Amino acid sequence: MRTQLEQIRQNALAAFASAASTAELEEMRVKVLGKKGELTAVLKQMGKLSAEERPVIGQVANECRADIEKALEEAKTKLEAAALNARLEAEAIDVTIPGTAVEEGHRHPISFTMDEVRDTFTAMGYEVIDGPEIELAEYVFTKLNTPATHPARDRSDTFYTQEDEEVLLRTQTSPMQVRVMEQRQPPIRIISPGRVYRKDEVDATHSPMFHQIEGLVVDEGITFGDLKGALTQMIQQLFGQEVQVRFRPHHFPYTEPSCEVDVQCFECGGKGCRVCKGEGWIELLGSGMVHPKVLETCGIDPNKYSGFAFGVGCERLTMRRFAISDMRLLYENDKRFLEQF
Amino acid sequence: MNLSREWLSDYVDVKSIADKEFCDRLTMSGSKVETCEVTGSEISNVVVGKVVSIVRHENSDHMWICQVDVGRGEPVQIVTGAQNVKEGDLCPTALDGATLPGGITIKSGKLRGEDSNGMLCSLAELGLEVRDFPYAIEDGIFILEEDCKPGDDIKDVVGFGDSVLEFEITNNRADCFGMIGLAREVSATFDAELNVPIPEVKGAGGDIYEHLDVEVQDTDLCSRYTARMVTDIKIEPSPAWMRRRLRAMGIRPINNIVDITNYVMLEYGQPMHAFDYNYIRGGKIIVRRAGEDKTVTTLDGQLRNLKPDMLMICDTIGPVGVAGVMGGENSEITENTKAIVFESACFSGPSVRTTAVGLNLRTDASSRFEKGLDPQNTMGAVQRACELVELLGAGKVVDGIIDVLGDMPEPATMPLEPEKINKLIGIDVSADYMKDILVKLGFTVDEDYTVHAPSWRADIECNADLAEEICRFYGYDKVPTTMFKAATEMGFLHDIDVAQRRVGQLCRGMGYSEILTYSFVSPKNADLLRYAENNPLRNALGIINPLGEDTSVMRTSMLPCMLEVLQRNWNYRNKNVKFYETGRVYLPVEGQQLPEEPIYLSMGMYGKGDFFTLKGEVEAIFKSMNYGKPEFTAEKNDPTFHPGRCAVVTVDGKKLGVMGQIHPLVAANYGIDTEVYCAEFNFTAMLATQQSDPQYTPLPKFPAVARDIAVVCDVECTVAQLEKSIARGAGELLKNVELFDIYQGAGIPEGKKSLAFSMTFRADDRTLTDADAEAEVKAVLEALEADCGAVLR
Repeated sequence: MRTQLEQIRQNALAAFASAASTAELEEMRVKVLGKKGELTAVLKQMGKLSAEERPVIGQVANECRADIEKALEEAKTKLEAAALNARLEAEAIDVTIPGTAVEEGHRHPISFTMDEVRDTFTAMGYEVIDGPEIELAEYVFTKLNTPATHPARDRSDTFYTQEDEEVLLRTQTSPMQVRVMEQRQPPIRIISPGRVYRKDEVDATHSPMFHQIEGLVVDEGITFGDLKGALTQMIQQLFGQEVQVRFRPHHFPYTEPSCEVDVQCFECGGKGCRVCKGEGWIELLGSGMVHPKVLETCGIDPNKYSGFAFGVGCERLTMRRFAISDMRLLYENDKRFLEQF
Repeated sequence: MNLSREWLSDYVDVKSIADKEFCDRLTMSGSKVETCEVTGSEISNVVVGKVVSIVRHENSDHMWICQVDVGRGEPVQIVTGAQNVKEGDLCPTALDGATLPGGITIKSGKLRGEDSNGMLCSLAELGLEVRDFPYAIEDGIFILEEDCKPGDDIKDVVGFGDSVLEFEITNNRADCFGMIGLAREVSATFDAELNVPIPEVKGAGGDIYEHLDVEVQDTDLCSRYTARMVTDIKIEPSPAWMRRRLRAMGIRPINNIVDITNYVMLEYGQPMHAFDYNYIRGGKIIVRRAGEDKTVTTLDGQLRNLKPDMLMICDTIGPVGVAGVMGGENSEITENTKAIVFESACFSGPSVRTTAVGLNLRTDASSRFEKGLDPQNTMGAVQRACELVELLGAGKVVDGIIDVLGDMPEPATMPLEPEKINKLIGIDVSADYMKDILVKLGFTVDEDYTVHAPSWRADIECNADLAEEICRFYGYDKVPTTMFKAATEMGFLHDIDVAQRRVGQLCRGMGYSEILTYSFVSPKNADLLRYAENNPLRNALGIINPLGEDTSVMRTSMLPCMLEVLQRNWNYRNKNVKFYETGRVYLPVEGQQLPEEPIYLSMGMYGKGDFFTLKGEVEAIFKSMNYGKPEFTAEKNDPTFHPGRCAVVTVDGKKLGVMGQIHPLVAANYGIDTEVYCAEFNFTAMLATQQSDPQYTPLPKFPAVARDIAVVCDVECTVAQLEKSIARGAGELLKNVELFDIYQGAGIPEGKKSLAFSMTFRADDRTLTDADAEAEVKAVLEALEADCGAVLR
């Protein structure tokens, strides 16, 4: 019987090792360990053994069974691993086939810039406010120290909706300065982005409608140096820390002192090229200390408070940032253009 | 405004400063230099050549072979086709490799077999014209009469090599439209002495009052009128130096008298006019509004229609010029002019501007007057003109000056407030430092620091203005850059901005790209969109002075903008287009000066997708934005949309927008030959329907039971009606209803359709039994039959 068991064991181990599939292996298991299997058949004869022989053979039989089961498990693991590997191999794909297209929408570059400027200023503690685009001449001009005879009021420059020229399409976001200052006392810290309109024919650098962001800070002790600080910070945020900024004297009726702010030409680094028309600098925005007359008109004491204001053209920022050469592209809304952003 | 550095050196010596530094520093002190060009910079290797011999070209009936002495070794052989060259002539000679204006390079070559090692140049080839050198001829070689010898650089001979700067002068600085004004800025910028000579006129006797009288009737529009007279006029070209300076400043030389008026205008910033005395009828100049006079013919030969308020220069009969804009043709200086009157006057800026705009006639003079000139300047200018007349020998200056004063403004006076100025700028400089800058700019500062602005600085009104003067010479770049200190405050966006961003994100997530369109549209869109005659959207705010009809009314809907963009993309053959836009529409309100400007959301697409794609996206927006559950009601009467594929969208009965397929006729109006789907919402109103934050409901503890039914009903029956009926029939146990099939065809009678719904029932306190579910289904079926005549299939 001992030899019988040994024979079964050896046969089984050899058979398992040679099994080619899990199904074959299962067949072998039934043949050896099943109810009618070889081992079971041998063990059924245990009863015929003597009382002395039984425990000895029993132990051999158990060992034999354990060995067979262990071998079976090993063979099964091996076969399963092989099967898995074969499947994975069969499932292999060409990973260079293009991914399934996701039809995502794109953001208009202007709104991208506007949002970025909004975020920059809200992070610096500014409130973002909105105002009417169809505006009273009083707010666009008169209260901003722009006399009735100023050329900016010409019908060749400004769109009017009434013959008496009292209502117009705002030419700048600055009327929001007046609206805000009339409604509240300092401290004031706002920006007001929006559409503005000027009577310019459409070309590569002009559009009768464009976007501006107005900024206004009024408080005690605000200086021209503070204006430089706030605007430098904004420009560095938009164009990177390394950008060079220049504050250059200029004139606006509603600020004094006034300045224009230039950034060093991105194209030539200040040497002078076609982009900057040889100047080495590119004009970015207008700014200045709020004119004491404007403060007074709005009910703010110019002896106690001072402030600065600025207006940035978003088209210019956007075109600069995304290297867009023609302003018409922004309003044409060609899918092939929009998809680039 | 241009500036010739050569001319500038008459007043201030800054020759040693290189162009680059000169431009940079002036820009930073407030006189922005736009361009800087050296005259004749395109010309190189062109010298004076002397024609030592000239013979006919054997193989040509018009060419000549010249041996030209160019001041270096052997003469150079040059073939020319010009017929005006003689032996001994001095000519501009372009040598091999020379460059000329217009990017032309001269190379040695052969002309009909003869070597030609250069070119003899005409005036035009050097970028000049006869007016610059009146002794030369137009069609032929420029035969030089200048003091020069062979080999001299032609640029030195004709006076090229001057640096000419173009400035952007701001509106407040009318004084900088003259060389003297700019020289003052230069002097302050470079701390160099300013030297402006006072003109001296000898006079040739006589008395102006015997010939001329001036009356200013409208003193409100003419604060000063100064006049002098010159007789024995000899009209001839002005001297080379004057022609060269005028040309450098962009003005064409004409003749000595006209050139003098232009020269003085450029120098003093004071427009001058010269009248032919013979044509001042009655010997009297009257400055008055046009009034009854209807027309005048200006110098350029145009008949101008006048308005009564336009200021005119008249004689005793009628207008002889438009004040500050242009002289009249009748008193123009001609070859036969014997006596002239110089006018140096100060007219009201706004009046000149209105007149110039009204006549559509902008001139150098009017653009200077518009900015508001200094009445104190007229005397110096007229004196300078007469001084030049004497210098040029152009005539005899009659003794006496007519000077009529009108309403003259007082220059501002104010105490200097150094502390205030320092505080405004953020610097700390002394009162004397400030005084120093102001004095350089022509201000007078008393011992007690009272500041008197010069007469040419009408823009100075208060200490903030002084602060700017001080700051720009202190240096904007030297002012320390600081961050203001203020209470910490939360910056924030208002709800509408936040919502606009979120809805944009949602739209982009669904494949819609953002567009941005003009707020003004063509009024024709109302018809293209098939608006009914009484549609209130036809009532758009009009622009009275639009660029063109296409941009002449403010939009009352976003759809025309969307459709125009879709049209453009269709024309570009872009496929599967999906766009959205958030922007304002402009809705006039009766009795209100300003219109309402609500923000609208529009979506538009063609290509992939249909009504239900768009509807699903609209539903997703409402859900994600938490704007309540939208209801869609069929709208058959909106002419813009397909009558069978259009829905009005409401939340709690409030109309928020409309969506559907654009009517094929409208699509055709926009040239789009495919199905177009659009939605438009009043986004401002949508925001108002925003629900409070969702509140958590516990997840179900008991399982749900699902039951499917298919019912047959009339084709007209809507899904919304059936769903409503199902909800009524079932009770609280019904948790969800979903339509999963619509069928018409074999097995279903004509005029009927089959709809299949999947219903989910669940109780919160127990597991439902089959019997519960069956009871629910039975109730639902009863309700369906009662409400809609729908029966189980």
